[in-house]
Amino acid sequence: MTELTRLTIAEARAKLSAKEISAVELTDAYLSAIEAANPAINAYVTVMPDKARDMAKASDARIAAGKAGALEGIPLGIKDLFATHDVHTQACSHILDGFKPKYESTVTQNLWDDGAVMLGKLNMDEFAMGSSNESSYYGPVINPWKAEGSNQDLVPGGSSGGSAAAVAAQLCAGATATDTGGSIRQPAAFTGTVGIKPTYGRCSRWGIVAFASSLDQAGPIARDVRDCAILLKSMASVDIKDTTSVDLPVPDYEAALGGSLKGMKIGIPTEYRVDGMPEEIEKLWAQGMEWLKDAGAEIVNISLPHTKYALPAYYIVAPAEASSNLARYDGVRYGLRVDGKDIVDMYEKTRAAGFGKEVKRRIMIGTYVLSAGYYDAYYLQAQKVRTLIKRDFEIAFANGVDAILTPATPSSAFGIADEDLASDPVKMYLNDIFTVTVNMAGLPGMSVPAGLDHKGLPLGLQLIGKPFEEETLFKTAHVIEQAAGRFSPKKWW
Amino acid sequence: MSVDLATVKRVARLARIAVSEDEAQRMVGELNGILGFVEQLGEVDVSSVEPMTSVTPMAMRKRQDTVTDGNKAADVVANAPATTENFFMVPKVVE
Repeated sequence: MTELTRLTIAEARAKLSAKEISAVELTDAYLSAIEAANPAINAYVTVMPDKARDMAKASDARIAAGKAGALEGIPLGIKDLFATHDVHTQACSHILDGFKPKYESTVTQNLWDDGAVMLGKLNMDEFAMGSSNESSYYGPVINPWKAEGSNQDLVPGGSSGGSAAAVAAQLCAGATATDTGGSIRQPAAFTGTVGIKPTYGRCSRWGIVAFASSLDQAGPIARDVRDCAILLKSMASVDIKDTTSVDLPVPDYEAALGGSLKGMKIGIPTEYRVDGMPEEIEKLWAQGMEWLKDAGAEIVNISLPHTKYALPAYYIVAPAEASSNLARYDGVRYGLRVDGKDIVDMYEKTRAAGFGKEVKRRIMIGTYVLSAGYYDAYYLQAQKVRTLIKRDFEIAFANGVDAILTPATPSSAFGIADEDLASDPVKMYLNDIFTVTVNMAGLPGMSVPAGLDHKGLPLGLQLIGKPFEEETLFKTAHVIEQAAGRFSPKKWW
Repeated sequence: MSVDLATVKRVARLARIAVSEDEAQRMVGELNGILGFVEQLGEVDVSSVEPMTSVTPMAMRKRQDTVTDGNKAADVVANAPATTENFFMVPKVVE
């Protein structure tokens, strides 16, 4: 049975369509793997064995009838941020206690329409606010990777830590995730998995619990580049229910794999050489350039002068939008209610009990920067800086650069309950230093595993592309993957 | 700019989050840490720069102002902590 969970989506798809395996067998193999591993890894906050088996049975019937969809019978894990009809949807927050929506998010509906099977809902940082998956109401996710010769529990990254850990530990064939400042790419890098945040507007945000609406974007985390391409094709769509969904046809991303890099220009931004960057990350980056050069691409140095302002601008824009989006949790329409002496007292007590520390901190920052007298100094200034960050990329692309190569994270996975990081929120925020610019500019970004560090932990490289040119990222990431190989953790659970 | 204890309490009130004296004290330090970090934005020359208001340059799609959905009162209140006859129940707000 464990053999079945080793199959990539592409491999499982071939075996299912050749009727070598059934969707029910495949789903059962994953359900057994989850049962055995989840007490140790805590990737799932709810598992739906009966629903999954029913969906798999229906898939087998469609395969038998010759009506298989693009993801027929493929078992997936869904981040708890996606609304799933009558199924646990809490953004891993206490304030959404018991919430089971009466509607389905567009992205998950697209997956079910293509025949995918839902195994359950995945752990995440509360409201997607975090870089370590430690802010979840359901406790931290444990990274399936451990440093060589060490038993210490490591974080899987965040906020899509459950998605990344479940994919790495083979507890689902692929997973949905979301990325507001790096929440797909950083956990993918920490777990040796592949993740893509598509261009803003490519996947519908309808039915995804909102954090920062101008930055949030859904995307897949999978075991390899091909699987990511297969998943994104199904997740992406034009959606009338999301006014920021872009009216462009969804290409066949898988068809881009194997394409030549001849004549491509890959930009290397000088500003990403940050102080104190570990030497092995420098080396990995240089190695990535070599691989792309060997494949026929030209490497050019570029400048993105406003890079250092992306993270501070993000920590104004994202909390401001969050404070507004999270105003809806008031103990009236859904989730937790703590009674008070009057309605305002009820709101205040409900929100005090329902939100965790990091979420409160960000609501407070957002409320402050939007409050009378501070709006221009903070929010307006940040939105102007955002224009400049976007302009940096536009200039690079106008000068002929097709894609940009950077490290995905400034380090490999760190320990659970790291005291240094816990004592200083800003230090934790610095995890997103290479990824956040992409959200600020609305561009597509992809993290692909490129090697292991001296502790035997995975490291990723990031590719940044032009708006709606995800195909270029898949093609380029595939070259890196071919050269670097794939990385799986040693099973200890 | 930095915040003091009174400002933290005022912002918590605006955000409708009850905070204890201890929490408010702790937040003064945390918020000032973050505000100190974002202070560097002030050094960027943004004269004649337009603020970003749309991530993708596109006109917002509009639809006809007609009813396209509805008759789902039971669904709408299904997750509420307290309801009666498809109304949300809240503590008394008028004396």
